[in-house]
Amino acid sequence: MPHEHAPAAGVATGHWIATILLAGAAVAVYLAATGRAQRRLQRPWPSARTAGWTAGVGLVAAAVSPPVAAFAHRDPTGHMAQHLLLGMFAPLGLVLAAPVTLLLGASSTPVRRRIGTVLGSRYLHVLGHPFTAAALATGTLYLLYLTPLYAATTGSALLHALVNVHFVLAGSLFVWAIAGPDPAPGRPGMGTRLVALLASTAAHSYLAKLLYAHAALFPPGAAHAVSRDELAARWMYHGGDVAELLLAIALFTAWYRGRVPARAADRTTVGAVAPAGATRT
Amino acid sequence: MAADPGRTRTDAARPDRRRSLLVAAVIGIGLMAAVDEIVFHQVLAWHHFYDRSTSSVALMSDGLLHAAELVLLVAGFFLFADLRRRHALAPRSAWAGLFLGLGGFQLFDGLVDHKVLRVHQVRYGVDLLPYDLAWNAAGGVLLLVGVVLAVRSRHEGRTAGAAGRAG
Repeated sequence: MPHEHAPAAGVATGHWIATILLAGAAVAVYLAATGRAQRRLQRPWPSARTAGWTAGVGLVAAAVSPPVAAFAHRDPTGHMAQHLLLGMFAPLGLVLAAPVTLLLGASSTPVRRRIGTVLGSRYLHVLGHPFTAAALATGTLYLLYLTPLYAATTGSALLHALVNVHFVLAGSLFVWAIAGPDPAPGRPGMGTRLVALLASTAAHSYLAKLLYAHAALFPPGAAHAVSRDELAARWMYHGGDVAELLLAIALFTAWYRGRVPARAADRTTVGAVAPAGATRT
Repeated sequence: MAADPGRTRTDAARPDRRRSLLVAAVIGIGLMAAVDEIVFHQVLAWHHFYDRSTSSVALMSDGLLHAAELVLLVAGFFLFADLRRRHALAPRSAWAGLFLGLGGFQLFDGLVDHKVLRVHQVRYGVDLLPYDLAWNAAGGVLLLVGVVLAVRSRHEGRTAGAAGRAG
């Protein structure tokens, strides 16, 4: 595991191999699905989406790779880099790659119907509401950095791994709720999504400055040099800005495309789901 | 978002003065905020990331404002592109809006952020008065330019389309 203080060379090699294999598998599955979807739908799958998926997977792999993992274990800036990569930047690529649309395009009718049922479920609407997603993605950072949870993750490899998984899942849920190209029945309109984006970014910036202002106090129980905690807080603040900028661009790009008169009808049916043919592009 | 994408070509070709001014003002606010962040925070490092005397309420409002600035910049550019695509841009009104946005933000930043909320000061270790005066005077001048341009462009769009709104 990467959390040993002096990992043996063999362990590090195993970690590298596992990281590369998993990342390769994630990209291979996506590529295989695009092949199937293209045959079934008789139209090309946008290469930008494949690029997005590859970039997202690459960022996740980089964030959990041995050197970054060791850095994250040692230093709060490393931990912050992991949070930014896993929770903010990788999800952008993964979600903008439209994995659900791809799944709909690549699978058989009964499977598609089941996916449609899941997408139409009330639980998913509550979970995927921009405010719920914002609370899960950004709200939980308060829990992590202002309680002894952070200190606990530095002592437990399992807990740290769980936090990393949470980063990716919650971050992806948030990107999906705000600007996901996948079908999302019952997703609120531009106004609500913009407010959620603003609230989430503001909460992220505020937490970053709070951590900076009280670097000696937070995260409680973590034995870091104050200057390293301050730098980590700055990374958090500015990294959050970049992520917000990219997410806002994604959101408004979708809005801009949706405003083309010829596609106006398309836009209203995106929310209606089920047949893959009804989704954009 | 106000939308009537189904407009015909001739109808949409009429410049939308109010929207042009508003959209450009949004860009102006975002641009001035970006200049503030890039020039004064990063390049000159006059502004401090955090000022030990900042209250918690000020930090929170700073976070919200900071988040809004980036979204405004992005929203402004996309709304502007949309105006151009629909041939509804009124350029002179847009210039007026841009200056109103630039000046308005500069003045707001100088008065509310620096003085009322005291998020941070223009510069540290110097006599602040000349800096504050220059900062707010610059904002005032930009705002004034915007007002003058807005007044001078007030008939824009009306002459081309002859009558009032058709839709």
